[in-house]
Amino acid sequence: MDISELYRLAERGRSRRKPFRIRCCMAAGCQSSGAIAVKQVLADALSAAGLNDKVELCSVGCLRFCGHGPMIATDPDEALYERVTPENACSILGALNGESSMAPRCDGNQPFFADQLPIVLENSGQIDPSRIEDYIAVGGYESLYQVLYDLTPAETVAAITQSGLRGRGGGGYPTGLKWSTVAKMSGDQKYVICNADEGDPGAFMDRSVLESDPHRVLEGMAISGYAIGASHGFIYVRAEYPLAIQRLQKAIQQAKRYGLLGSQIFDAGFDFKIDIRIGAGAFVCGEETALIHSIEGRRGNPRPRPPYPAESGLWGCPTLINNVETFANITPIIRNGPDWFRNIGTAGSAGTKVFALTGKVQNTGLIEVPMGTTLRRIVEAMGGGVTEGRVKAVQTGGPSGGCIPAQFFDTPVDYESLQKLGTIMGSGGMIVMDDNTSMVEIAQFYMEFCREESCGKCVPCRAGTVQLHELLSKIVNHQATVVDLEHLEALCQMVQEMSLCGLGQSAPNPVLSTLRYFRDEYLARLKPSMLEEVGHHVR
Amino acid sequence: MSVNTLKIDGQDIAVEEGATILQAAREAKIPIPTLCYLEGVSPAAACRMCLVEVKGSPKLLPACHTAALEGMEVSTNTPKLQSFRRMNMELLFAEGNHVCAVCVANGNCELQDLAIRVGMDHSRFAYRFPDRKVDMSHPQFGIDHNRCILCTRCVRVCDEIEGAHVWDVAQRGEHCFIVSGMNQPWGKVDACTSCGKCVDACPTGAIFRKGSTIGEKERDREKLSFLVTAREKQQWTR
Ligand SMILES: Cc1cc2nc3c(=O)[nH]c(=O)nc-3n(C[C@H](O)[C@H](O)[C@H](O)COP(=O)(O)O)c2cc1C
Ligand code: SF4
Ligand code: SF4
Ligand code: SF4
Repeated sequence: MDISELYRLAERGRSRRKPFRIRCCMAAGCQSSGAIAVKQVLADALSAAGLNDKVELCSVGCLRFCGHGPMIATDPDEALYERVTPENACSILGALNGESSMAPRCDGNQPFFADQLPIVLENSGQIDPSRIEDYIAVGGYESLYQVLYDLTPAETVAAITQSGLRGRGGGGYPTGLKWSTVAKMSGDQKYVICNADEGDPGAFMDRSVLESDPHRVLEGMAISGYAIGASHGFIYVRAEYPLAIQRLQKAIQQAKRYGLLGSQIFDAGFDFKIDIRIGAGAFVCGEETALIHSIEGRRGNPRPRPPYPAESGLWGCPTLINNVETFANITPIIRNGPDWFRNIGTAGSAGTKVFALTGKVQNTGLIEVPMGTTLRRIVEAMGGGVTEGRVKAVQTGGPSGGCIPAQFFDTPVDYESLQKLGTIMGSGGMIVMDDNTSMVEIAQFYMEFCREESCGKCVPCRAGTVQLHELLSKIVNHQATVVDLEHLEALCQMVQEMSLCGLGQSAPNPVLSTLRYFRDEYLARLKPSMLEEVGHHVR
Repeated sequence: MSVNTLKIDGQDIAVEEGATILQAAREAKIPIPTLCYLEGVSPAAACRMCLVEVKGSPKLLPACHTAALEGMEVSTNTPKLQSFRRMNMELLFAEGNHVCAVCVANGNCELQDLAIRVGMDHSRFAYRFPDRKVDMSHPQFGIDHNRCILCTRCVRVCDEIEGAHVWDVAQRGEHCFIVSGMNQPWGKVDACTSCGKCVDACPTGAIFRKGSTIGEKERDREKLSFLVTAREKQQWTR
């Protein structure tokens, strides 16, 4: 493969396009609401009407409006349909000729779509994830070529540093700094790992990226391999994501066949291969040292850091580990330049963030917004507010994060602002809660999750989350005293500071954050005989 | 060989490059409590008893796993650490079934000693009374999981010193237990050489010699360090 061949492939892909296109979302969400049957009906109707040379029926990745699936989009009119059924699907064909359709139209100009800025998701819903030709047709793998021929590894790292990209896996660690640390390590053998473990309840951003645009992640990984001097990468993906795994496998095969992965990529003297490793779905295996142990075939237990994986990772070799979404940002940064990226978002948090908007909100689905977008914009305008009652709070960061009460909804979403409010950006789960939601029960739910997901290696997390969960249950059941509440708070602090890895260290966060903003709810749930003592009166 | 100087609890200490904070403190006779640490095998940093405060570090650091660096200022016994360690001990006692009065290790138990040392006389947290098993299938030894604190000393000693790897950890979180072989009764595990190193390593009465009764457990801990020194430095110290 050389560049002229890549261009030729891209050109061929573009010229193959037919006047009309029907794009059916085939991501896991829409598949589970019946998208396969809908597409079959459309395929049969097209053949029956002899329209196959005019209309292209294609499977694409996520069209974002996951709560309203199956979703279908058509070109060139850019119409969007929601909740399409096998019964009303055929009418979409008529609509291509200007007739009215029976399938419900979805307003593509409503804030949910209009306020999005797709960078990571730019191809999602546009291309067929199972066809590398589709990816190449929109400029895929050109950034890899550009890096191999126009930039030295050091310049590639510098570009990422300059872009201001920060890790999207939760911590927000500067990606350029991580790359340059691994690049500077001596040793011939280095590894790249893509963390696709995505274990937070309510999060499905990474799954969606892998299902909708797998090549983007492969290209990002290959670029990082060149930058840091690695020739072998692993994608660690959870077994609960069979569709993502299947698409990744296919994508890797296709890229290998075209010589875009493997040895002598673009004849530039650069080799890079990618293997998939399937995790059994333990939340803790998303923690980088546990993940590395798991790839090595050992028990997925975290170990103390330092040494960080950048210094001693997979089989003791320097290892770069980044999140799916982090890798998905690399290609556009190379293509459009670091300054373009830096100018999106806020000073400290460049670029966009993909969120999985769920909970008691009208519009659930996947959104990608510039960093610095306010929560109000996200929840009220894009999400359309809550289904009933009033918005109470939003939970970010899953079991490691916290809640943000409605009075802070004008806060811009960036790493620092969220931290100041006592929560974290996390990997992108955003759960909206209405005023019927009990915050104590939310805290109890997340603690139960941590209790079940603790690996059990260190005492504060293994035994501490059990006691925290028991204390929370005691409160929920109106059996706790003021003293129990004191013990809860003291133990939260201890588990936070003494646990070995991020799971235990952040397990108390949902409790601390709900205590900070909704302490009243805790007090109101104490033992009835206690209420007077804390100045609460039984209703 | 280069030397680092650091301050531990205000005391100036010089140690060999590569030594941990724990080694530096022990050389200077500054006691730092430990449970999972065992000389001669790799550190697990799992019990969290040896966490110390280091000036400039926002996080508490495990003394057993943190290199003693030039200029470090370490505090090993601040009020915060004391209160955390006590709470940690409460968690351990509440987690298992520790009935000292009928235990082979009574009076000779590192868990008990440490509880006394950190001033833990009762647990604020509810005792869990878990349903755990006792395995007496081995001809010479027994394991009572009720007394196990999951320190993994037995796992490491059997793997790293004896090379038999009889033990490992099964399950996760509160359901973790020390498993023998492929989850077989200990007596059925061919790999076990009956060397007794796990008995010597176990800090509590969880692994014991058959025939010993209340308060009779004895350990030959020096044997372990003797073996490691002999292997690594070819010095026969006894
Ligand atoms: C308990 C726990 C679970 C984690 N799960 C994930 C995960 O599912 N995906 C992920 O990318 N990072 C996860 N992380 C963060 C990783 O350890 C690591 O920081 C991240 O993959 C680095 O990538 P980034 O720099 O691109 O963010 C988790 C961390 C902890 C402590
Ligand atoms: S904090 Fe929890 S998950 Fe992390 S090492 Fe300790 S027990 Fe395991
Ligand atoms: S007796 Fe020796 S070989 Fe057997 S389990 Fe104990 S340490 Fe391992
Ligand atoms: S049996 Fe003893 S040495 Fe093994 S983990 Fe339990 S307490 Fe530690």
